[in-house]
Amino acid sequence: MIALADCNNFYASCERVFNPGLKNKPIVVLSNNDGCIIARSNEAKSLGIKMGEPVFKVRHIIKKNNVYVFSTNFALYGDMSSRVMSLLDDMSPEIEIYSIDEAFMNFKGIKDQLGIASHIRRTIKKSTGIPISIGIAKTKTLAKVANYIAKRHMKRDICLLIGQNNILKTLKCLPVSKIWGIGSKYSRILNSYNIKTAYDFIQLNEEWVLKKMTIMGLRIQNELKGKPCFSIETNPSYKKNICTSRSFDGTVEGLQLIQEAITTHAVRCAEKLRAEKSCARYVSVVLKTNPFDTLGEYYSGYRSMALSIPTNDTLEIIRSANIILKSIYRKGLTYKKAGVIVGDIIPEDQVQLNLFDTEKDHISRKNLYGALDRVNQKMGRDKIQILGQGIKKRWGVKRQRVSPCYTTQWDQLLKVHC
Amino acid sequence: MANQPKKEEIIFYSIQGESLKKLHIYEGGVSAGFPSPADDYLDVDLNLHKYLVKHPAATFFIIAKGHSMERAGISDNDLLVIDKSLEPKNNDIVVAAVNGEFTVKRYLINDGRICLRAEGELGDYPDIEITKSIEFEVWGIVTHTIHNHR
Repeated sequence: MIALADCNNFYASCERVFNPGLKNKPIVVLSNNDGCIIARSNEAKSLGIKMGEPVFKVRHIIKKNNVYVFSTNFALYGDMSSRVMSLLDDMSPEIEIYSIDEAFMNFKGIKDQLGIASHIRRTIKKSTGIPISIGIAKTKTLAKVANYIAKRHMKRDICLLIGQNNILKTLKCLPVSKIWGIGSKYSRILNSYNIKTAYDFIQLNEEWVLKKMTIMGLRIQNELKGKPCFSIETNPSYKKNICTSRSFDGTVEGLQLIQEAITTHAVRCAEKLRAEKSCARYVSVVLKTNPFDTLGEYYSGYRSMALSIPTNDTLEIIRSANIILKSIYRKGLTYKKAGVIVGDIIPEDQVQLNLFDTEKDHISRKNLYGALDRVNQKMGRDKIQILGQGIKKRWGVKRQRVSPCYTTQWDQLLKVHC
Repeated sequence: MANQPKKEEIIFYSIQGESLKKLHIYEGGVSAGFPSPADDYLDVDLNLHKYLVKHPAATFFIIAKGHSMERAGISDNDLLVIDKSLEPKNNDIVVAAVNGEFTVKRYLINDGRICLRAEGELGDYPDIEITKSIEFEVWGIVTHTIHNHR
C-alpha cells in the first residue's frame, strides 16, 4: 500500500503558523512579482478566487472581503517543507518527496493504516502547525485519488481507498482531468470521445489507450485498476529541465536591461546544474510582453540552442543565452517577463569531452566554479557576480507583501509580547 | 593529543561559521609526564545547538518583547527556544495564541481549568482565565531562554 501525504493549502498554511490572527481568514499568496494567485486558503477558495488568476482581476473581491495577501516567501516555505518531510521520513520506512508539499510513503506491511495515518497527521500538525491530508491506496495513482477525496469529503482529511466497489464508485465521480498525469491536452482528447470520468477511462481498450496516449497513458490506466506501475523513487532522477524566469517589476524596455536579467537567470541555471552535479545539452530563452496590456502589441519570443558539449559552465550558458536573446529581441516593445531554460540534463560524469577540450582546462574551470559557488553560498548570493548581470538590478522583482523569514534569518524571528 | 596544554593554561578555540567546532574540556591542569587516567574522556564534542534543540523539525526561535515574565527569567529581547512537539504540563512556560494574538505566559492547569499567569517584577498583570469564549491554543513550550548579559 502507498500513502500520499499532501500539505493543505501549503503556502497559506505556512503564513498562518506564524500569525494566529489569520485563523479562519481568507488568505492568498501571489506568484513572483505579485502577478497571479498561486495559493489560496479554503476561505479564499469559497470566495470564488481561482488558482492562477491575475491579482488585478480579483482586486474587488480582495478588498470587499478583507482577504490577506502575501508575496511568496520561499525561504519560509522551503524551511517548513523540510520540517514536514523530515518528520514524514522519521515515521515511515520509505518516502519519495514529490514536491515542496507532497510525499509518497511506503505503507507496505503496515496493518493499522488508518491509525498510522492519523498519528502522522497529528504529529505533523502539532510539531509544525501545518495541516496535511493523507490518501492511502494500492498504487500511487489511486493514492492521489484517495488524497483528492480526503481533502474534499473526509472529516479528518484521511482516506483509505480499498474494496473494488468502493474504488469504482469513487472513479465514477472523478473527472478525467483530475487523474494524476493526465494533462489538459489528454483530458480534451478523452472528452471529445465522451470519456468523462476515471471510470470511463479504465473501461477503454488497452490498445486504444496505448495508441492515443502512449505507454504513460496505459500505465496510468493500469494503476487506476489497482496494478502498480510506478514505484516509490527514493533516489530522485535528474530533473528534465531547469527554468529560471521572472516577471519584471513594471515593464522593461531596452536591450541592456533585458540582457542583465537574462544573464542573471543564466547564472542561476548554471548554479542549479552544478548543485545537482549535472550538465545541460541545450539552452532556451523566453521573452514576453504583458498579455494583459490592451494598448501594446503582445509578443512572446522563444528559441533554443543546442550546446556542442553538455555543460554547467556559467560563461558558456550566458554566451548561448545572449545569442538567443539577440535573435528574439524586438526593439520598441516593453517586456514583462524574461527567462532562461536549460534542458536535456545528464549527470556531470557522463559528459564526454570533445577532441579540442583538454582535461586540464576542464579541471581548472571546475575548480573556479567550485570556489565561486562556495563563496556565494557562504557570503550571500551574487557576492561574486558576472559583470553582465548588471550592478543596480534595475529590473528587480516586486515582492511588496512578503512576510518575515521567521525560521531562517536571525533579524526576522517572530517577536512575541510578554 | 598532539598539543597538550601546559598546566593552568586556557585554550580558546574560535567558533567558525554557524556550527561549533570541538571545544575541549580540561578539568584541572594536566601535569606533564603523568597522563591522566581521565584522558580518554576529555575529548568531548559539545554542540550547543544539539543541547538546546531536541526536536529540530519542531523547534523555533522567537524574540521575547516586554517585561511581564521577568520573574520567570525572561527579559525584553531575550531569545526563546520553543518546542512545538511537546504537550503542555502544569507550570510550563508557553507561547499561546489567545484570541488571535501570541503571548508568553506561565501555564497553570488545575482540574481542567487553564489559567495563563504573568510573572512581572511588579506583579501588575492580571491572570488570563481561559474560558469557552476565548479562542485559545498552546503554540509551543518555551524550553530555554537565551539572555545576553552585555
